[in-house]
Amino acid sequence: MAEILILAELDNAPESGAPDNAGALKKVTTELLTLARGLGEPAVVWTGPGAEAARDRLAEYGAATVYVADGPEYADYLVAPKAELLAQLAAGHDAGAVLLAASPEGREVAGRLAVRTGWGVLTDVTGLAGDLDTGLVAEQQIFGGAITVQAQVRSGPPIIAVRPNSVAAEPAPGAATLTPVDVTVSGPAKAARVTRRVQEERGSRPELTEAAIVVSGGRGVGGEENFALIEGLADALQAAVGASRAAVDAGWYPHQFQVGQTGKTVSPQLYLAVGISGAIQHRAGMQTSKTIMVINKDPEAPIFELADFGVVGDLFK
Amino acid sequence: MNITVCVKQVPDTWSERTLRPADSTVDRDAADPVINELDEFAIEEGLLLTEKLGGEVTILSMGPDRATESIRKALSMGAARGVHVCDDALHGSDALVTSAVLAAALARNQFDLVILGSESTDARTGMLAAMLAERLGLPQLTFASRVDTDGQQITVRRLAEYGYDMVEAGLPAVVSVVEKINEPRYPSFKGIMAAKKKPVDVLSLADLGLDPGQVGLAASATVVGSFAQRPPRQAGTIVADEGAGGVGAAEFLATGKFI
Ligand SMILES: Cc1cc2nc3c(=O)[nH]c(=O)nc-3n(C[C@H](O)[C@H](O)[C@H](O)COP(=O)(O)OP(=O)(O)OC[C@H]3O[C@@H](n4cnc5c(N)ncnc54)[C@H](O)[C@@H]3O)c2cc1C
Ligand SMILES: Nc1ncnc2c1ncn2[C@@H]1O[C@H](COP(=O)(O)O)[C@@H](O)[C@H]1O
Repeated sequence: MAEILILAELDNAPESGAPDNAGALKKVTTELLTLARGLGEPAVVWTGPGAEAARDRLAEYGAATVYVADGPEYADYLVAPKAELLAQLAAGHDAGAVLLAASPEGREVAGRLAVRTGWGVLTDVTGLAGDLDTGLVAEQQIFGGAITVQAQVRSGPPIIAVRPNSVAAEPAPGAATLTPVDVTVSGPAKAARVTRRVQEERGSRPELTEAAIVVSGGRGVGGEENFALIEGLADALQAAVGASRAAVDAGWYPHQFQVGQTGKTVSPQLYLAVGISGAIQHRAGMQTSKTIMVINKDPEAPIFELADFGVVGDLFK
Repeated sequence: MNITVCVKQVPDTWSERTLRPADSTVDRDAADPVINELDEFAIEEGLLLTEKLGGEVTILSMGPDRATESIRKALSMGAARGVHVCDDALHGSDALVTSAVLAAALARNQFDLVILGSESTDARTGMLAAMLAERLGLPQLTFASRVDTDGQQITVRRLAEYGYDMVEAGLPAVVSVVEKINEPRYPSFKGIMAAKKKPVDVLSLADLGLDPGQVGLAASATVVGSFAQRPPRQAGTIVADEGAGGVGAAEFLATGKFI
C-alpha cells in the first residue's frame, strides 16, 4: 500500500504549544489523517520540535509513521524548507499522494512542491472520492460557493490541500512510529527569514477556521464597543468570533478575524451572521457552513438566502 | 527600482460567473472582465515604491485578447509599460502551467521586485507567488499588509492566523499583497490619455521559447471533470422579530444541539 504523506499543520503563534510544542498540532491534521486512511498508509511529516508530545493524538487518528524533521529552519524561514522536505520524502518513499491543509501556508507549500515535482496540485478541496488506482476525484466549491466542481490530478501523485472543517475527523488506531529524518535544507530555501512573530489578541476562544461555531459581526453591529455583544454571544456558545470586511476596515475588530474572500474561509457546524448583508466576497468565506443563522434588520439582505434560520430584527432589541 | 506587477483579468465577482459546459474552464465571455481586485492593490504598491525610490512599473498579464483592456487600465493608473502573453494554446492552463509561462516572461527582463495579488477571485489558488518564487529561485514574501524596502533589502509584514510575521530578504524577490496594504488610486483623465501611448509588448509562446505542447488544457497537471450549480440551500425559517424572535432563535439553537 502506498504511503500517503500528510504535512502536520502546526500553530506557529508565538504563545502556542509551549513548552514542548505539543499543543501546536491543529485539528485539521486529524481530518487529513481520516482522508488519508482511505487512500493508503498515512505518514505524518512533522517539522520542528513537539512530535513526541503529539504522538498519541496522531496514533489515535491512524498515523502509521511520523517522519520527524526537528530543525529550526522550518519555522525560521518561509514555506520553502517545508516544500523541500516534502519533495525529498515523497520521492524517497514513493508516496501515493500528499495531503496538506488549505491554510495560506499549506497552499504555498503545495504550490512549491508542485513546481519541484511537476505533480498536479488542487487547493481548497472540500471532499475526496475514488481511490488512487482508479483516479482520485476532489471536490471544490468555486465562485463563492455557487458551483461545485469535481477535479482530478493527471500528472504524478496528487497534491491536495484540504479546507479545514470539511470532513469529520474519525479516530482509528495507528502505530505512529516516530522516524527521525535527516534532510539538509538548502541555502536558497532559506532566502526569506521570519524575524518576528507577533500574536494579536485571541483570548481563549477557539481558532476561527477550526471552531464548531462561529459568531460573526458586520457593519450592522454599529461600533467597536458593540463587538462586546458578539463576543458575549460567542462565549455563551463556546464559539469563535468573526467579522465582515466592513467591520474590520472600520477598525472595530482585528483583521485576522475577517471572514471571506480575502479573509478566512470557515466551514463550521453553525455560522451566526449578525448585521452582515451577505456580499459575494463574504459568502465566499462561509457558504459551506453546515447551518447558517442570520440576524439582520433588513429583510431584503442577501444573507437571508443562505439562512436556515433568520431573524428579521434589530440586533439591539 | 524596476518592478513587475502580475495582473490577471477575471470575470467580475459581482456578475453571474460560470464554467463552459464544453471543457469546464472559466467562461470568460459570460461575465464582464475586470482586473482581479487584489491586483489593483499590487499595482498601487508598485507605483508607491517607484514614486519613492525611482524606476518603473511593468504590467505582466497572461490572458486572451481582451486582457489588453486590463493592462491599459493599469497603465492609466501610472505603470510605464505592459507585457501581454497571448496565445490560443494557453486556453485552460492550470496554476502550474501559468506559473511556468509567467516565469518565462519574467526571465526576459531585469527586475528588482515582482508583485502579485495574494489571490485571484476566479481561481483562488493563492499559490502563484510561491510557485513563481520557486521557479525563479527567489525569496517569497507573501500575504504582505506592509512592504518596506531601500532597494537592497526588503521587509514585509505577513498576515498570519494569529496576527502577523515580519519577514526579511534581499532583492530581487517575489511579493504578494493583501487588501489592507493601501488604497488603490483611480486613473486620472490625464493618466487615461497617457496610457494610450504607452508600449504593450504582445508575446506568443514562440517568443517565450515555449512549446504549445507544454501549456494549455491538454498539458495541465489538473483537470476539472464536471461541475454543477450548488443546490440552493433549502429555504430556511425566517421570522420577523416582534419580541418573539429571541425565543424562536433559542429553540432553533436547541434543536440543533448548539446550546
Ligand atoms: C477585493 C475585495 C475583497 C473583499 N473581501 C471581503 C472579505 O474577505 N470578507 C468580507 O466580509 N467582505 C469582503 N469584501 C467586502 C464586501 O464586498 C462587503 O463590502 C462587506 O462584506 C460588507 O460587510 P457587511 O455585511 O458587514 O456590511 P454591509 O453590507 O453594510 O451590511 C450591514 C448589514 O447590517 C444590517 N444591520 C444594520 N444595523 C442593524 C441592526 N441594528 N440590527 C440588525 N441588522 C443590522 C443591515 O441591514 C445590513 O444588511 C471584499 C471586497 C473586495 C472589493
Ligand atoms: N494569467 C495571469 N496573468 C498574470 N498574473 C496572474 C495570472 N494568474 C494569476 N496571476 C497573479 O497571481 C495572483 C494569485 O492568483 P491565484 O494563484 O490564481 O489565486 C493574482 O493576484 C495575480 O497577481
